[in-house]
Amino acid sequence: MTYMKKPNVRHPGLRKNDLGLTRRDYEGLVSTLCAGCGHDSISAAIIEACFELDLPAHRLAKLSGIGCSSKTPTYFLNRSHGFNSVHGRMPSIATGANLANRDLIYLGVSGDGDTASIGLGQFCHAMRRRVNMIYIVENNGTYGLTKGQFSATSDRVSKSKKGEANLFEAIDLCTLAIHLGAGFVARGFSGDKGHLVPLIKAAFRYNGFAFIDIVSPCVTFNDHEDSTKSYDYVRAHNEAMDRLDLVPEREEITAHTEEGQTTTVRMHDGSLMRLHKLDDNYDPCDSESALTTLRKRYAKGQVVTGLLHIDNTDADLHELLGTTKQPLNAVPMGDLCPGNAELAKINKSLR
Amino acid sequence: MKKINDFVVKFANVNGSGSASANLLFAKSLFRMGLSVVPKNVFPSNIQGLPTWYEVRVSQAGRRARRGRVDVMVAMNPQTYAQDLADIVPGGYLIYDSSLPRSFGREDVNVLGIPIARMCADAYVSPRERQLFKNVVYVGALTALLDMDFTVVKQTVRDRFKGNAKLVEPNVEALKMGREFARRNFTCPLPIRVKKVKAAKDRIMITGNEAAGLGCLYAGASVAAWYPITPSTSLVEAFERHARKYRQRKDGTSNVAIVQAEDELAAIGIVIGAAWNGARAFTSTSGPGISLMGEFLGLAYFAEVPFVLFDVQRGGPSTGMPTRTQQSDITACAYASHGDTKQVLLFPGDPKECFDLTVDAFDLAERLQTPVIVMSDLDIGMNEWVCDPLEWDDTRKHDRGKVMDAEMLDRAKSFGRYWDIDGDGITYRTLPGTHPTKGAFFTRGSSHDAFAAYTEDGQVNAENMDRLTRKFEMAASRMPKPVIRKTSRTSKLGIINFGSTEPAVREACDLLSREGYKLNTMRLRAFPFGKEVAKFAAKHDRIFVVEQNRDAQMRTLLINEAGIPPEKLVSVLDYEGMPLTAGWVKREIEAVIEKDKSVAKAMYLSAQAM
Ligand SMILES: Cc1ncc(C[n+]2csc(CCOP(=O)(O)OP(=O)(O)O)c2C)c(N)n1
Ligand code: SF4
Ligand SMILES: [Mg+2]
Repeated sequence: MTYMKKPNVRHPGLRKNDLGLTRRDYEGLVSTLCAGCGHDSISAAIIEACFELDLPAHRLAKLSGIGCSSKTPTYFLNRSHGFNSVHGRMPSIATGANLANRDLIYLGVSGDGDTASIGLGQFCHAMRRRVNMIYIVENNGTYGLTKGQFSATSDRVSKSKKGEANLFEAIDLCTLAIHLGAGFVARGFSGDKGHLVPLIKAAFRYNGFAFIDIVSPCVTFNDHEDSTKSYDYVRAHNEAMDRLDLVPEREEITAHTEEGQTTTVRMHDGSLMRLHKLDDNYDPCDSESALTTLRKRYAKGQVVTGLLHIDNTDADLHELLGTTKQPLNAVPMGDLCPGNAELAKINKSLR
Repeated sequence: MKKINDFVVKFANVNGSGSASANLLFAKSLFRMGLSVVPKNVFPSNIQGLPTWYEVRVSQAGRRARRGRVDVMVAMNPQTYAQDLADIVPGGYLIYDSSLPRSFGREDVNVLGIPIARMCADAYVSPRERQLFKNVVYVGALTALLDMDFTVVKQTVRDRFKGNAKLVEPNVEALKMGREFARRNFTCPLPIRVKKVKAAKDRIMITGNEAAGLGCLYAGASVAAWYPITPSTSLVEAFERHARKYRQRKDGTSNVAIVQAEDELAAIGIVIGAAWNGARAFTSTSGPGISLMGEFLGLAYFAEVPFVLFDVQRGGPSTGMPTRTQQSDITACAYASHGDTKQVLLFPGDPKECFDLTVDAFDLAERLQTPVIVMSDLDIGMNEWVCDPLEWDDTRKHDRGKVMDAEMLDRAKSFGRYWDIDGDGITYRTLPGTHPTKGAFFTRGSSHDAFAAYTEDGQVNAENMDRLTRKFEMAASRMPKPVIRKTSRTSKLGIINFGSTEPAVREACDLLSREGYKLNTMRLRAFPFGKEVAKFAAKHDRIFVVEQNRDAQMRTLLINEAGIPPEKLVSVLDYEGMPLTAGWVKREIEAVIEKDKSVAKAMYLSAQAM
């Protein structure tokens, strides 16, 4: 059962962050996923990122759909409110939650079935609306929770555990996200925490729709030899495009500065992100270049990881709608209800 | 045949020809002359070229239902001449465009030909103007024929084009053109005519969707998400229009977020997300949208997320008759979603009640922590109704229900999202971001215990389901009460109705009463039913349940949920899509009374007791 609480043992030696909290304060309940499931590594990376960023966990809301992946918000950030909604509809819940209170951080967690099939429409529309949130897909190329059917991100060359061929082309969520104007598009691998944690941290710093597609092997249904989402396959074909550094100091520097192989991007909160490119031929600030690189590398069977595209110039949903800075859920009723004198005027206009 | 302030005028047009605005001008001018008008717009699901009608009943007695049949028919659509002609009462009038003169072959109808197309062709150059002003010309002719106060009509034009002054003059000129023609060629006024009266001055003319949109504004809704569908679209549009004015801050930002979603699933998802996060939120749709929202309605019921959903009902099933009215989503909404679900429904009976019940809906939703569905329909939602003015009590406090803030959390020993500490089935919720260490919980649609944790313990789940039942039963006592109208204290015959059938039922009841049939009526305003409902049923032997659907959905609900013996409930059903007439209701009830021996017995008993 998943409501098992972790024993509350205090380790006096545990490192504390600026809020005086330890990693333990960012944990959740004990995971009930299969031992070795990639999703658990992602939960650990999220905990790590939040701890390192000194995030006040109660100012974050975690939202998900349905699936093994969507269960994971129970396994991290116990101090955050969570919403495990219905299959494929987390983007709309996140959109509404964000509209009601723009001051919180919204972390959406989904699966490849949840996002690329039943929820494809909502995923696309949340991106084009530029909802300010982090959207993580824990991508295992299969439906874990319903026991191993192909998902829409399963590569055409991939075979099921029973050896069935996959008849259909895969949907590449990063390509789709770039096409639809997401300003932060990254891919990570659950098996490379060192690379993943900075990506998640950068996503938290980003203002707008930050998308991370995280390849996350399903050890039970999709970790076999003919799978392109297995640990072995991804380790062998992983091509990191860049390495990220988050620089907290707020030195005066313009948004995009080229320093040879390093691109520096100023994030919304004033901090800087240094992007050390490992491939000369692509520019993460240029969506065309990112798309070309993705397509070429995919054709070679490579799994490209890293921050693939960034554009932090666009307005988010609230800015587009012109909503007030004050969270809508905090606007007093007295300011929302025009009162009887105004109603009398409205009545008059209806005569 | 003299008819003063008591007749029906009907306009037969082709849709897309710009007639709506002229027809509304006609109705509004009569309303401003103090008359009771009942305008009904009968339109096709189409943008251009199909028949459309606009009917205005003027009622001396202040009736609000359709009457049926027509005294003055303005037949502008040759496609429907035959049908329109047949609609006219003997001695009535047919006005038609006589640019191409013709005869109609009904001796008992007075035909008034006006060469409208020719007049407009002579007066205007652009094809658009030639078309548009045709509508204004026939209204002009009617001002003379019916003896309307021309000053009022002109003022109505001026108000209509406020902010676009250069349109006023041409419209007035076109009115005059029709008016002069009628004066020169016919004996004006006709025996059918109007006379200015001093009506209760404060009445308003408003659609239910506009009133419901205003209700959302006054209820403090700050998030709305929707997907366009007739007949619900104008509800959010009205909200948006008023919000533009009343939710604007000095710095130019606004206290509202309105999103046109990609579909109804997203619309309700956005609303649930916002409501979960503490904003008052709503969405508005019609039958097909309700079907799409099914899964989410179950989640919101089970996870106990409060929001308001409007179902402006139209003809179903499927796409059905999208521009006709029906009350056919009753069971679909009452039991919306899979598993054991029950939803709270409110049934406004006119636009004023759309306003009042909308505000109540938001309070009830947050008090009960559940979705509340406001069951309007096309007739209330889209037609203009004459109503008492909307009212707001400035001392009214919005009921935000049981929400724990940081201070309460600090004082509390422990917090369980679904922990029924008050024993009323309603538990406390917290909003995300409230407290650094307390009050966080996990909202989920899967089975959960009092602390919102996932559980597969069947007994724990059953207990939670029982609590939801208790909550729903308790809710019955908080619902708006049914409106009971007694014609006789002893009558054993009753009528149960709800929503837009009210005017026809009331009028029918009065007509039946004149013939010696005394029926008491109960207009339902909410589900779950309060105890008044079963009480009313207990006091009557035969009860006619008037509703606009084929399957007697409200009757089913009354049997299932109020425990009323089926044999007591006699269905009076209409599913042709038009607002009811009193005549039809009366005939249906009379037919049953005359045929059904047990009804006769109930009548007999009531006569005995009198
Ligand atoms: C409307 C609906 N249809 C089907 C399901 C059954 N279902 C549960 S999880 C799931 C697939 C999940 O796949 P994915 O999102 O990839 O998550 P994973 O388990 O692989 O992490 C399905 C089809 C459901 N819960 N709801
Ligand atoms: S079935 Fe696959 S995805 Fe689900 S928990 Fe097990 S390993 Fe993870
Ligand atoms: Mg999956």
